[in-house]
Amino acid sequence: MGDFDYSVIFNNIPFLVDGLKVTFLLTILAVIGGMVLGTILALIRIAQIPIASWLAAAYVNFFRSLPLILVIFWLYFLVPLFLGRPVGSFYSVLIAFVLFEAAYYSEIIRAGISSVRSGQIAAGRAIGLTYPQTMRYIVLPQAFRSMVPVLLTQAIVLFQDTSLVYVVGLKDFLVSAELIANRDQRLVEMFVFVAIVYFVFCFAGSLYARHLQKKLAT
Amino acid sequence: MNYNWDWGILFREPYLGWLADGLFWTVSLSLCAWIIAFSLGSVLGIMRTSSSRILRFIGTTYVELFRNIPLLVQLFLWYFVFPELLPDDAGRWVKREMPMPALSTAIVAIGLYTASRVCEQVRSGIDAVGTGQRNAAKAIGMTERQVYQHVLLPNAFRIIIPPLTSEFLTIFKNSSLALTIGVVELTAMTRQIEEYTFQGFEAFTAATVIYSVVTFSVMFLMRIVERRVQVPGMISAR
Repeated sequence: MGDFDYSVIFNNIPFLVDGLKVTFLLTILAVIGGMVLGTILALIRIAQIPIASWLAAAYVNFFRSLPLILVIFWLYFLVPLFLGRPVGSFYSVLIAFVLFEAAYYSEIIRAGISSVRSGQIAAGRAIGLTYPQTMRYIVLPQAFRSMVPVLLTQAIVLFQDTSLVYVVGLKDFLVSAELIANRDQRLVEMFVFVAIVYFVFCFAGSLYARHLQKKLAT
Repeated sequence: MNYNWDWGILFREPYLGWLADGLFWTVSLSLCAWIIAFSLGSVLGIMRTSSSRILRFIGTTYVELFRNIPLLVQLFLWYFVFPELLPDDAGRWVKREMPMPALSTAIVAIGLYTASRVCEQVRSGIDAVGTGQRNAAKAIGMTERQVYQHVLLPNAFRIIIPPLTSEFLTIFKNSSLALTIGVVELTAMTRQIEEYTFQGFEAFTAATVIYSVVTFSVMFLMRIVERRVQVPGMISAR
């Protein structure tokens, strides 16, 4: 460890920050997309519409049985094939993350909705709201409030998972660091630095999630 | 969309053999990593619920450290960084002379990572057994070791079978990360088939089907086990 060379990190800060931006952008877009699709899936499952609910359940179980890397490869292969022209890996990776994470978000959101007492739905219906209105104005707001810590934890998991874009070479934080590491032959410094940066973000996030959890409990 | 279908490719040599090899390495890697994850995770889980402050601190630190760094980064740390920190001879042994360096590294990295997750499940299982049982066992004069051995652990492990099953399946899925350091497991094999034949559809479908079938079979089997050993009186027991 004696010849740990910090300069390789400081000299490449702008390049690394660009990579970090990609990581964050991907995380934020995937969280939004995953939550929207996940909510739709959860609502379909809970509404118990004959075929649709079964399909939503099948979707969730199917995606949860696959490795994320395989889904990334699938979309990386499929998206250009469907569009008939090459697109940047960012979009195919983003679609992969949204489709994949929606399955996990859907389970969280379904649990959150189930934790709202069923009397609330009956009450909403009794004052003349339609079923969608009851969900929109009464059930979902309560469900989401109780889910915030778990949703944040899942966002941290997703933040870590974005490192898997490595397999298609999208220049996120890890890939940027790896490019420098190989160019300057400074693998030890760069990978340790990457680990520390990820740790700081994730640890801070998980502490905040725990804080929210406590606040909710009281 | 222009695409020439050829499902027969999956049943032709050498591709069928590649898929079988890939599945073999995926399963071997998963099982070996699970042995590490389960044993270390159980020890850590016990440490986190023990009465000793130092043991609890070690357990907590381990979990926070391993849970907050992406698995892929950990894999690279073990593969590229760890050998450099060792004395020259030991470093060289880990990098090259050890049997199957990439596979062994992947097993250790994925095992240690998952141990932090197993630890949390074991801890919640022990907590779920309840302080009442712990105090009752202490009151009849059991030592802490006996309390764990005869009261807490036998119940806790039965309670946490479902979450442990999903942790095992997490290992099974995460084993695909090993391809980044050159282990040719199932996902890597299908990628290779795609590159050789340009039949990506068929290759990825094969992997998808294999992963799903294994996952659902494990879940099905474990549900039977779970029903057999469930602890009466718990809400999860139906």
